[in-house]
Amino acid sequence: MTVTEDPVDTNAVPTPDNNLNDHKPNGFGRMLRKEDPRLVRGRGQFCDDVTVPGMLHLAILRAPMAHARIVSIDKSAAEAHPKVKAVVTGEDLAAHNLAWMPTLSNDVQAVLATDKVRFQHQEVAFVVAEDRYSARDALELIDVEYEWLEPVIDVRKALEPDAPVIRDDLDGKTDNHCFDWEAGDAEATEAIFADARENGVVVTEDIVYPRVHPAPMETCACVADLDPVSGKLTLWSTTQAPHAHRTVYALVAGLPEHKIRVIAPDIGGGFGNKVPIYPGYVCSIVASLLIGKPVKWAEDRTENLVSTGFARDYIMRGEIAATKEGKIRAVRTEVLADHGAFNGVAAPVKYPAGFFGVFTGSYDLEAAYAHMSAVYTNKAPGGVAYACSFRITEAVYLIERMVDVLAYDLEMDPAELRLNNFIQPEQFPYESKTGWVYDSGDYEPTMRKAMGMAGYDELRKEQAEKRERGELMGIGISFFTEAVGAGPRKDMDILGLGMADGCELRVHPTGKAVVRLSVKTQGQGHETTFAQIIAEEIGIPPEDIDVVHGDTDNTPFGLGTYGSRSTPVSGAAAALVARKVRDKAQIIASGMLEASVADVEYEAGTFRIKGDPEKSVTIQDIAMKAHGAGDLPEGLEGGLEAQICYNPENLTYPFGAYICVVDVDPGTAEVKVRRFVAVDDCGTQINPMIIEGQVHGGLADGVGMALMEMISFDEDGNCLAGSLMDYLIPTAMEVPDWETGHTVTPSPHHPIGAKGIGESATVGSPPAIVNAVVDALKPYGIRHADMPLTPSRVWEAMRGNHTPPI
Amino acid sequence: MEVTMNVNGDEVTRDIEPRTLLVHHIRDHLGLTGTHWGCDTSNCGTCVVWVDDEPVKSCTTLAAMTAGHDVRTVEGMETDGELDPVQEGFIQCHGLQCGFCTPGMMMTARALLDRNPDPTEAEIREAISGQICRCTGYSTIIRSIQWAAKKEQETPVEVSAS
Repeated sequence: MTVTEDPVDTNAVPTPDNNLNDHKPNGFGRMLRKEDPRLVRGRGQFCDDVTVPGMLHLAILRAPMAHARIVSIDKSAAEAHPKVKAVVTGEDLAAHNLAWMPTLSNDVQAVLATDKVRFQHQEVAFVVAEDRYSARDALELIDVEYEWLEPVIDVRKALEPDAPVIRDDLDGKTDNHCFDWEAGDAEATEAIFADARENGVVVTEDIVYPRVHPAPMETCACVADLDPVSGKLTLWSTTQAPHAHRTVYALVAGLPEHKIRVIAPDIGGGFGNKVPIYPGYVCSIVASLLIGKPVKWAEDRTENLVSTGFARDYIMRGEIAATKEGKIRAVRTEVLADHGAFNGVAAPVKYPAGFFGVFTGSYDLEAAYAHMSAVYTNKAPGGVAYACSFRITEAVYLIERMVDVLAYDLEMDPAELRLNNFIQPEQFPYESKTGWVYDSGDYEPTMRKAMGMAGYDELRKEQAEKRERGELMGIGISFFTEAVGAGPRKDMDILGLGMADGCELRVHPTGKAVVRLSVKTQGQGHETTFAQIIAEEIGIPPEDIDVVHGDTDNTPFGLGTYGSRSTPVSGAAAALVARKVRDKAQIIASGMLEASVADVEYEAGTFRIKGDPEKSVTIQDIAMKAHGAGDLPEGLEGGLEAQICYNPENLTYPFGAYICVVDVDPGTAEVKVRRFVAVDDCGTQINPMIIEGQVHGGLADGVGMALMEMISFDEDGNCLAGSLMDYLIPTAMEVPDWETGHTVTPSPHHPIGAKGIGESATVGSPPAIVNAVVDALKPYGIRHADMPLTPSRVWEAMRGNHTPPI
Repeated sequence: MEVTMNVNGDEVTRDIEPRTLLVHHIRDHLGLTGTHWGCDTSNCGTCVVWVDDEPVKSCTTLAAMTAGHDVRTVEGMETDGELDPVQEGFIQCHGLQCGFCTPGMMMTARALLDRNPDPTEAEIREAISGQICRCTGYSTIIRSIQWAAKKEQETPVEVSAS
């Protein structure tokens, strides 16, 4: 059942006079963040803030061209630099069997190139020096001779028979094919398309989701400190998944896993950019091993943009078969995916295209089929990043763009078309035509709420009036369903590691507590929300709960924070570990109250005898008793703590309705986002303030991708987006004041009914914005235009010259 | 070369390379890591500090250029252990998530309010337009600055700029 009323008025703004922040929830509710007092004082500790005595600095030499054979490397001049401690090439690493490392998708990637370079800015050598400037100076002294090779840059030509073979390092590789993948039923889908061609309508559109980059404000960095005596490696690192990284380092470097401690300190934004293991981390570990001193590597902005995990790069042909009345019957897509030089996507191994299979959207279909070919090109590796929910961003963009294409051809209102095709509430749990089981949903109230907040009918009237005057106003809608919280152990693993998360809770004698998580915040506020989950379950106030995360020596194993999985997986683990503690507390309470366990009931931190509210003990009383002198109920150990590993039985399926209003200047083709209404449903809300923040951030991402951002290359493979002067990210000038609302449809299988929210807005907003721009351009007879909708690209579209960005 | 500057009220002298950027001087030599290094091209603003009373991008300022000047960083925002209203506003209005852009944003916000105690939303947007936040989508940052403006109007405070 959906609750359409806001749990709180999320558009309420705190002022020094109102009491919005006065309420201190002992559980769920708006609560100021525990992280903030240190961060506003500049007392956070980010990776590049870490300093260890004797620390040296590492810098990486990168390839100037996209595809070239390494003929020779002369490092003698660099080695002669007075402040240089080591210069290491791929050949040096190969001598230790460390020149290649596994990627998270069972491919391999060069740590430092040995045979040839496969993308511009690939890692070729590293220097370790006494300070960061000297390390960079010495890079200039390394003389590398390259033999130019023809690069593969145009993804559409990557599979041509005469295309140069990029991955000749792989045995028997004779082409640039990476993998093929399919979902759904091709025959059943074609049968419906055949029928629709005769009796209904079929729409087809070529849709490009260009390469973009998460570009977190903090670039990637690490400090590797391998103690030569104990053999223990401590690695401070910008990682969203410290435990998974530790295991991979153990496998790559051959270090025993108990001798590796990965610490993720404060992380300055991740968005999937900090999931992969980058050569810089491995180089730093090797350097510390070789030199016996701590080594810091901190990449600059250019290195971040040109070499670390990009996102998207999908060329999609979308097709919808529908009745003439607008009932969508089937969806089909053919995708060409550019994975760059190494397949470095961080997706569960059985899902090489991530969760793109959820491309059927929020609609009840008769059939669906997706086929994809992924290829290698001479570009940086990556692919699953930028809050993409494992490629659901691409899937949602495809279906939500295609629904508008259908609406255009049928001359139907896009809101009405969506409302007519939603999966109905009684159909949940709903098995999609590609085999995904949507846990819960009630779409129409969410859509109606967004339309009400936007004043949809009035906006259409205003648009009609403006069109009469030649003004270009557009209204764009998207309705998305995500699948987040990977994932069930039977289906999902990364490099053989099940996608579960551990959680440990210890209640101290005085009733304070520490909870230890396997996930890691990059700004999502885990130190606050996880304390709130524990508080909700056992009644210890959030301020009395210390949340420990981002340190593999001090937290239980788990796969980390990405794909909006912290709340669905680790949040469930936190709730369940607290219930375990509560169960034990109830037994202790029964002894203290001299009642049977069944006669004791719990409410908000207090245990009382049923029907006798006077006799009660608090969780704090119980904590002291659990650790104190005197007998406990028979068979019970002392202490009050528990640990679990949570394996989710399904993903969670948050959804939302977004409406965007744009104005396009007919004289300059500049797009102005005038309004953006976002109604999200992420199930039970832990902290509405943080949820609103997550949504806001994702909406700005959407403006960036739809209108500004693209990692582009010239025909030689030179990356043209290597700085923030070239890769444009929205500032406060390009985004509107967001209008947010919520409905609440709890997840039936999650212990507290919560779903993920971290990526919803990044996933859902690009189609709303593009749909709005295309809607504004309707007087020009435009049915589709590809992102990024920069003024020049919109201008070309208005003149009938629209071309894909790649 | 020997460079002396006043940082958050303390005179500090260091022997540095002439090419040293102010951001690296502040972070690596003076240990004030609240100022961040984000882009090298003056686009992101995570490195914003004050030189005298003017917010500048310390990633494109040489430390030597600030010799003899007053530099103020986020670590200098508090007064006698009391948070600046801007810092308080960021906490109250969820104006930060990862916290990486936050010091620079707050330094710019402080400078804005010192010049314009009651800025409009448009003026706030323009003031922070040289800075990027990847987490918040800016609305809560704007609310944070408005919170601070309102707080200061209600309880006039001595502007702590030196």
